[in-house]
Amino acid sequence: MTVPTRKQITIDGNEAAAYVAYRFSEVIAIYPITPSSTMGELADEWNSAGIKNLWGTVPLVQEMQSESGAIGAIHGALQTGVLSTTFTASQGLLLMIPNLYKIAGELTPAVFHVAARTVATHALSIFGDHSDVMAVRATGFAMLSSTSVQEAMDFALIAHAATLEARIPFLHFFDGFRTSHEIAKIEQLTEDDLRSLVDERLIQAHRERALSPEHPVVRGTAQNPDVFFQSREAANLFHQACPGIVQKMMDKFAQLTGRQYDLFEYYGAADAKHVVVIMGSGAETVQETVDALNASGESTGVLKVRLYRPFSIEAFLEALPNSVRSIAVLDRTKEAGSSGEPLYLDVVNALFEARAQFTPLPMVIGGRYGLSSREFTPAMVKAVFDELKKDSPKNHFTVGITDDVSRTSLEYSEDFSIESPDTVRALFYGLGSDGTVSANKSSIKIIGENTRNFAQGYFVYDSKKSGSVTISHLRFGPRPIRSPYLITRANFLGCHQFNFLDRYDVLKNIESGGTFLLDSPFGADQVWDHLPRKVQETIIDKRLKFFVIDAGSVARATGMGGRINTIMQTCFFAISNVLPHSEAIALIKDSIRKFYTKKGEEIVQMNYRAVDEALVHLHEVRVPAQASAGKKIPNAWFAQAPEFVQNVTSCMISQCGDAIPVSALPVDGTYPVGTTKFEKRNIAAEVPVWEKDLCIQCGKCVFVCPHSVIRSKVYEPKYLDDSPATFKAMAAKDREFQGLQYTLQVSVEDCTGCSLCVEVCPARNKSEARIKAINMTPYTDGQNEDAKNWEHFLAIPDMARERLKTNSVRGLQGIRPLFEFSGACAGCGETPYLKLLSQLFGERALIANATGCSSIYGGNLPTTPWSKNDEGRGPAWANSLFEDNAEFGLGFRLSIDKQKEMAAEYVKLLESEIGTQLVEELVNADQSDEAGIFEQRQRVELLKEKLNKMDRPEAKRLFGFVDALVKKSIWIVGGDGWAYDIGFGGLDHVLSTGRDVNVLVLDTEVYSNTGGQMSKSTPRGAVAKFAASGKTLAKKDLARMMMTYGHVYIASVAFGAKDEHTVQAFLEAEAYPGPSLIIAYSHCIAHGIDMKTGLQDHKAAVQTGYWPLFRYNPLLAYDGKNPLLLDSSEPKIPLHEYAYRQNRFKMLTKSKPQEAKRLLELSQQDVQKRWKILESMAAPVDSPKTPTQ
Amino acid sequence: MDLKTTYLGLKLRNPLIASASPLSGTVNNLRRMEDAGIGAIVIYSLFEEQITKELQEMNQHLVRGTESYAESLTYFPEPADVLVEPEEYVDHIRQAKSTVDVPVIASLNGHSEGGWVRYAKLLEDAGADALELNIYFLATDFATTSEQIEQRYLNILRSVKSMVKIPVAVKIGPYFSALAHMTKRLEEAGADGLVLFNRFYQPDIDIENLSVIPNVLLSTPQALRLPLRWIAILHGHLKMSLAATSGVHSAQDALKMIMVGADATMLCSVLLKHGIDHVDVILEDMRQWMQEHGYESIQQMKGSLSQKSCPNPEAFERANYMRALKTFI
Repeated sequence: MTVPTRKQITIDGNEAAAYVAYRFSEVIAIYPITPSSTMGELADEWNSAGIKNLWGTVPLVQEMQSESGAIGAIHGALQTGVLSTTFTASQGLLLMIPNLYKIAGELTPAVFHVAARTVATHALSIFGDHSDVMAVRATGFAMLSSTSVQEAMDFALIAHAATLEARIPFLHFFDGFRTSHEIAKIEQLTEDDLRSLVDERLIQAHRERALSPEHPVVRGTAQNPDVFFQSREAANLFHQACPGIVQKMMDKFAQLTGRQYDLFEYYGAADAKHVVVIMGSGAETVQETVDALNASGESTGVLKVRLYRPFSIEAFLEALPNSVRSIAVLDRTKEAGSSGEPLYLDVVNALFEARAQFTPLPMVIGGRYGLSSREFTPAMVKAVFDELKKDSPKNHFTVGITDDVSRTSLEYSEDFSIESPDTVRALFYGLGSDGTVSANKSSIKIIGENTRNFAQGYFVYDSKKSGSVTISHLRFGPRPIRSPYLITRANFLGCHQFNFLDRYDVLKNIESGGTFLLDSPFGADQVWDHLPRKVQETIIDKRLKFFVIDAGSVARATGMGGRINTIMQTCFFAISNVLPHSEAIALIKDSIRKFYTKKGEEIVQMNYRAVDEALVHLHEVRVPAQASAGKKIPNAWFAQAPEFVQNVTSCMISQCGDAIPVSALPVDGTYPVGTTKFEKRNIAAEVPVWEKDLCIQCGKCVFVCPHSVIRSKVYEPKYLDDSPATFKAMAAKDREFQGLQYTLQVSVEDCTGCSLCVEVCPARNKSEARIKAINMTPYTDGQNEDAKNWEHFLAIPDMARERLKTNSVRGLQGIRPLFEFSGACAGCGETPYLKLLSQLFGERALIANATGCSSIYGGNLPTTPWSKNDEGRGPAWANSLFEDNAEFGLGFRLSIDKQKEMAAEYVKLLESEIGTQLVEELVNADQSDEAGIFEQRQRVELLKEKLNKMDRPEAKRLFGFVDALVKKSIWIVGGDGWAYDIGFGGLDHVLSTGRDVNVLVLDTEVYSNTGGQMSKSTPRGAVAKFAASGKTLAKKDLARMMMTYGHVYIASVAFGAKDEHTVQAFLEAEAYPGPSLIIAYSHCIAHGIDMKTGLQDHKAAVQTGYWPLFRYNPLLAYDGKNPLLLDSSEPKIPLHEYAYRQNRFKMLTKSKPQEAKRLLELSQQDVQKRWKILESMAAPVDSPKTPTQ
Repeated sequence: MDLKTTYLGLKLRNPLIASASPLSGTVNNLRRMEDAGIGAIVIYSLFEEQITKELQEMNQHLVRGTESYAESLTYFPEPADVLVEPEEYVDHIRQAKSTVDVPVIASLNGHSEGGWVRYAKLLEDAGADALELNIYFLATDFATTSEQIEQRYLNILRSVKSMVKIPVAVKIGPYFSALAHMTKRLEEAGADGLVLFNRFYQPDIDIENLSVIPNVLLSTPQALRLPLRWIAILHGHLKMSLAATSGVHSAQDALKMIMVGADATMLCSVLLKHGIDHVDVILEDMRQWMQEHGYESIQQMKGSLSQKSCPNPEAFERANYMRALKTFI
């Protein structure tokens, strides 16, 4: 056998699978969902770049509105004779289920690639396990599991080749994130490799079976009890033949590449007594552990499941060594209520069916591991093998957690490690914004592609979108790396942010004698005394080699801004000895040239300078023999937090959540609100400072602050008596607040430093115009005075709500937001709307939140921003799914309406005891304004008192729904991906019902949360993922579509252009007694803008006519008026003054200038046309221009 | 009537050159300029900022917010094509050359020593007949000396000259302590011509919104005086070509410039104001004036009123300042 030399490349699992899938396909239908989105994005990029498939044609790539749309399109494409594929995960796969049954039932060859991800249950999780693929195991699809990046490529080929012969469609899956996002050095299959496994006659046969009017057939009939059953059985032979075909392909593949795979692959001692059965990346960990255990005299093995469906009992038994006495089957899923997890049940059944072959029958236990990407380490594998040795091992166990409730968990020792001594293990702590991850990705490529070493990289991100911490785990070594788990014994550790030393136990995972590189603003001779004591002690105790560089200064000096990636990467190569020094530097520069050439020579040169300067500024620190620093003061805010936050949430924040036992967590996913305020992330480099002498108390800064860190209060002067010395106050300017004090206070510890507040401030210093009433100043962690001022400010009572004018920006500033300190991007364009919602209606709001950015910054642990007021009231928030949010919110409405109706029935039933007048008032209360709602609340309290004294069962029952008598505000919130695409059908229906729901569309015109894929809201000419060549068609006009109903209140708002208009629209929408739809312009990082100038985008959007402001209020029509009010003036400036402020449009002018020009011209026409239509629709009703409706 | 002139060694059918402006941005306009009789065309400037700052900004936008949150590791597709602004410019030069027969002069506008000057070579390869190097630099740094500034001009020029074989004209502003000396140094550093003068953009302020308004005003005929004087002074002392720009709005203005010694005069504001076809009007007026006054050729009148050749050379110098003021009073 000759093994041809193939290219060694470093890529992630998604790219590995997509590489093959793309080349085997003619039509690809896609829809983004983490962690599989990359595969679709790559397909689109390759399509855009004109890359051809195996047969010389560029596959057609079509984005759909949902996964159910994607699979529908694929079903159709397959039925009409093309080769087709898609990529998905989790809920996306679940949305495909009905079609999966169809495609399999019709024996249609196809392969779908799945980055397996947790299915949302009590909570959503974007991370990996097998709950999604296990949910489709009954569909009739073959299921092939890859354990590594290499296999993701190899098995993609085997699946695409096998499906054509088997006529069974395949689900090829690999672990989400762990494999989909791990970067590894692999051997790239050539296109000839791909071709050589395929018999083209089978493709022809597929085409011949296709629907065609040239030789018509009917497929998809409705069948009756007489033949359906037999028809289902008619396909048996195909399913039975499938494993054999897969094995044949695996054997052919082995001849081609030297890599032999089997349906079930045994690895370990030939006479193993104890065997673990497992599939997915965990199999690699078990294999590695088996080696280590057997080397120390044990007799263990692992059976890797490759082809899970059809499950070949015969092949399974053949692979299992005869010596086996006990088997642990590990499932990366949980099937609550079953007698065991799926793989376990398959194994038990296989053994039972073959029981005659065994004397005695091996003992089998099942266990769960790794849910939602929970770590699965050699220590855990050892614990499983140790369990197998016991006479009565635990069945249905868990491993990797501490289950102190059902006692399912196995104990394991964290000290057990089998890391190879010749592997370089490097850990890097960085910020998302500093470029640490991209530097590490580059390092992996450098080492992987230029040396004989194997390389692996895996990246852990936190759940915030601003100031997020990243931890990179890199391994390099002379042998293939089979370690799909995080590094706990690093021999190199880089900390790219000095303040992490205070917040995290950064040095926990460095081994003795390791090298520690710190980005420090202090030089080698000064840094020691600035280190926390624990860090000093660890450096001494572990005898670390300690280096510092002031990367921030080097970055600024070389034009790199905040990106220290190249600098820290250079330092890593300079001191880690992974490569000879000069060779490493040459390779870094070479890689810079390769990576940045597309972006311009200047960028290349800038990075070169950063490399050279990094070497000059890197210094070793002489480590003193003694620690010198004092002990760290813990976060004082936690002391005020509820017990749950102190005991549980704080562990998650300090990255120790893995240790939280089962008993400490809620059983049903219910969590307390308002916990972000305890986190105090201190992430801002600059914070706003109030210049009270200039302030006009307009409240605009409070209004725009996306993180609710700027607040104001009007209060009695007595509250200044015990205020901190630096607490600022001034006389309140509003006439009705004469004699009272006014303070504008910033919570610097929660600020992200976005500076939108400064942008919006209208007041300037008369002598020095650059100074405003609020200005950014540098911030260093722990400005205690500011924190004390904030604490004092919070202690001052809020002004009574009824004394504030809640219908104006000025008045609203005194209303406490019940949405605060979210983890949204700094300067987020969505959150000001949510804050407004919380201020206006929060204490009686129920919020249904579609999956997306707002559900992540709104509901991602550890801490959540929706909060409550001093009376304990606040928005009740929940996320159901992405696709069903409008329906979910309508469910709230129906429920509340029904409860209100029942409450009214019951109070009438109890009228004699409650009193006629109170009943009358309760049932007919006018709750159209705040005062009316306040009075009704009082009445309900009175009613409750009365009910408490009654014995009738009806009185007790009424307690369950009596609160529905107080008006509730139902909000359905989501982004454009939901409203325009996946949830549009539901949204349309919900609006059509006429029910009183308020829909808020946070329109960023792109799928922001999954990384910027095109939605139907994306404007013409914008570059987005899935529209790499610029979107060619215009944005969908959702507002105008919904106006056709006539009964829907609709508003188009942009808070940065006209804040009072936004407030007015929210108030009107909520007051309108039917469905309301607010479409809110939301500037977004995915627009390619500097977020601090986001408000200028709002202004330009409105002035160019790109985003006209209007309100469509059906109530006006009842008065004989035109319901449509245009609230902005006709386009004043050309569209390019808006568009070319943003990279999404500008990018196309650099890559396809002519096309950019063409699309801009068309977009300008869109703007004019839309304006004319709106103008004619808004004309006075008696005007002849009025359209007939 | 012979209107021919030589500028940067290029034979021009007349001394009117369209200076760098947005007008030269379309092929159609270039054709119209040629049809209207223009002698040569300087294509709108390729700015250093386009090559450096814009690309840096774009790169920043492409990386902003990336690798922070697991679901959105990037926000844009990886550009399929090379994102380089000058490609468009280089293409335009290529198209210009294939569209018109008059000389096409590319314009590079920058202020720092850096990689951007390498685009000179690309412009030459695209067919540009010459290069106008517009050094656009405001000396606002209190620590930088005049010598350092002058050195920077020379360094930029030298690096451009080292890359191309086509002639290079330098367009400078008037703000040098020793302008005459500076022009000599530029000549020694390899300049083939001087374009006098650059009009630095002068911002306005908005007293309602307390902000600075960056915009550009068109030149007025009054702006003519500054280049007029300096060309008169320099003519005959330098071997390189001289072109006048700023304030040339009529045939008389152009003739004045030639008489003080300009090899060519550039038109910008007048074309923006009256349209491209106005070139023809100016040319016709020039011919008529020359005829009326008995001139046979441009060559004949070139430099006839330069400081060297005029009857009262002191009028171009400071001594004349007091007299002029007194007269005015």
